[in-house]
Amino acid sequence: MFHLKMIKSLVIGAALLAAGAVSAQAPVAMPSAAVAPDVLVRDLSNEVLATIKADKALASGDVNRVQKLVDEKVLPYVDFGKMTRLAVGRGWRQATPEQRAALTREFRTLLVWTYSGALSQVTDHQVQLRPFRAQPGDTDVVVRTSVVASRGDPIQLDYRLEKTEAGWKIYDVNIIGVWLVENYRTQFASQINASGVDGLIKTLTDRNKQLEQGKKA
Amino acid sequence: MTGAMSARWPREATSMRWLRRVSGVAALVLLAFLAGCATVPPNAGQDPRDPLESFNRHMFEFNEGLDKVVLKPLAQAYGAVLPVPVQECLSNAFSNMRDPSNALNNLLQGKGGEAASDVCRFAINTTVGLLGCFDVASRMGLEKHREDFGQTLAVWGVGNGPFVVLPLFGPSTIRDTAGLGVESVLDVNFWINNVSVRNTIFAVRTVSFRHELLNADDLISEAALDKYTFIRDGYLQRRRNLVYDGNPPPEKDPYGEEDEPNADEGKGRPGPPAAGSDVNPSSVPKPAQ
Repeated sequence: MFHLKMIKSLVIGAALLAAGAVSAQAPVAMPSAAVAPDVLVRDLSNEVLATIKADKALASGDVNRVQKLVDEKVLPYVDFGKMTRLAVGRGWRQATPEQRAALTREFRTLLVWTYSGALSQVTDHQVQLRPFRAQPGDTDVVVRTSVVASRGDPIQLDYRLEKTEAGWKIYDVNIIGVWLVENYRTQFASQINASGVDGLIKTLTDRNKQLEQGKKA
Repeated sequence: MTGAMSARWPREATSMRWLRRVSGVAALVLLAFLAGCATVPPNAGQDPRDPLESFNRHMFEFNEGLDKVVLKPLAQAYGAVLPVPVQECLSNAFSNMRDPSNALNNLLQGKGGEAASDVCRFAINTTVGLLGCFDVASRMGLEKHREDFGQTLAVWGVGNGPFVVLPLFGPSTIRDTAGLGVESVLDVNFWINNVSVRNTIFAVRTVSFRHELLNADDLISEAALDKYTFIRDGYLQRRRNLVYDGNPPPEKDPYGEEDEPNADEGKGRPGPPAAGSDVNPSSVPKPAQ
């Protein structure tokens, strides 16, 4: 009911997020190692929006297309491994390398599945950077943005980035005040408590299969 | 509320009227209850933020059932019957009715500039904007500031208290529930003396609101492994963010890493493996201010 108020913004934010993922099509123009994190986020966001507006198949949420583009283009800018490790929390310690790989793969697939469905919500949205405060030596920063459209409230969309040898990498995203990783932590921990790491992998895999069948049907 | 809504519902056949009068509401509530057989996990209530989890999960399922049986179908019909410009006009008008409350809460939080801007918004939209049908003020650059008395209490130093799921209104906390009580006094709609007009506006407002979100809740159902937990954690994060107007101070240990060795990866901190297995380590939002 009334909690749904926040859900609409979440969906639009999620759409932009997924779009952000698919839009990073110009790695040559954006050598991320040299680019400042706020510039990286701004350029990525703007490309995203341009890409969605130009590509009808993406805008309609063609999952295979979104998935393929994420695989090919987004990996340079997002650290899904770190995102998954933080979301799994202390359970990560007990996981074998194979289990960790499976968790990362299935979590990423879940995010792509659910968010590709939100792309049709994007209309005339534009991204604006909010004030960025960071010290020169920082290796972990938050870049804040605001997404505005002709209708509706501005949507807060923030990113946490870590500086790596390969440049800045996004490892957490905040949509209207809700950090993605934090919002999965309790769910993942409960699942691991109830049925172990394999139980969580199975739950994620089952959900992804279910979504795949749902979209095909 | 349901009665007022269905009374306005043109497709409702007259033969249904007796049923509606006698037992319509009761039947719907029963259906909602039947749909609301929650599965409560064995460790429910161990999360320090949510000691009432067992009760909350049942209420959450009840709300989901009520939504499925009553609100969502009404919202779908609303979208099918009303032309889009009418929907937008109503949505703007309902939003306008909240601006007096936004103004007062901004004032109570010491944000005089925002409060003045909200007063102007209400004055402009109610007159030039034809009772709020057009959001002229936003186009003039007067930004909307959503504040409520729960946020005001938080700014005054009142902590969340336990998380609680309210019937119909959904996720809340003890503090925000107290805020909701004050909000109902500030709600322009409740200043209307004519009961049937007031109830009709309340009902249409609720349906209009639900209509705007029709596609959205499917996404949450897909993304969440446990919808209750997903929405609870999201609500608590979202409220904290609102209290700080989008700029909350960073949490000390947002990912609960301090009790995790993670020796093999990332910025592992040395430390003994933590004993016990509490489900929610240290991602508990700090009480406001």
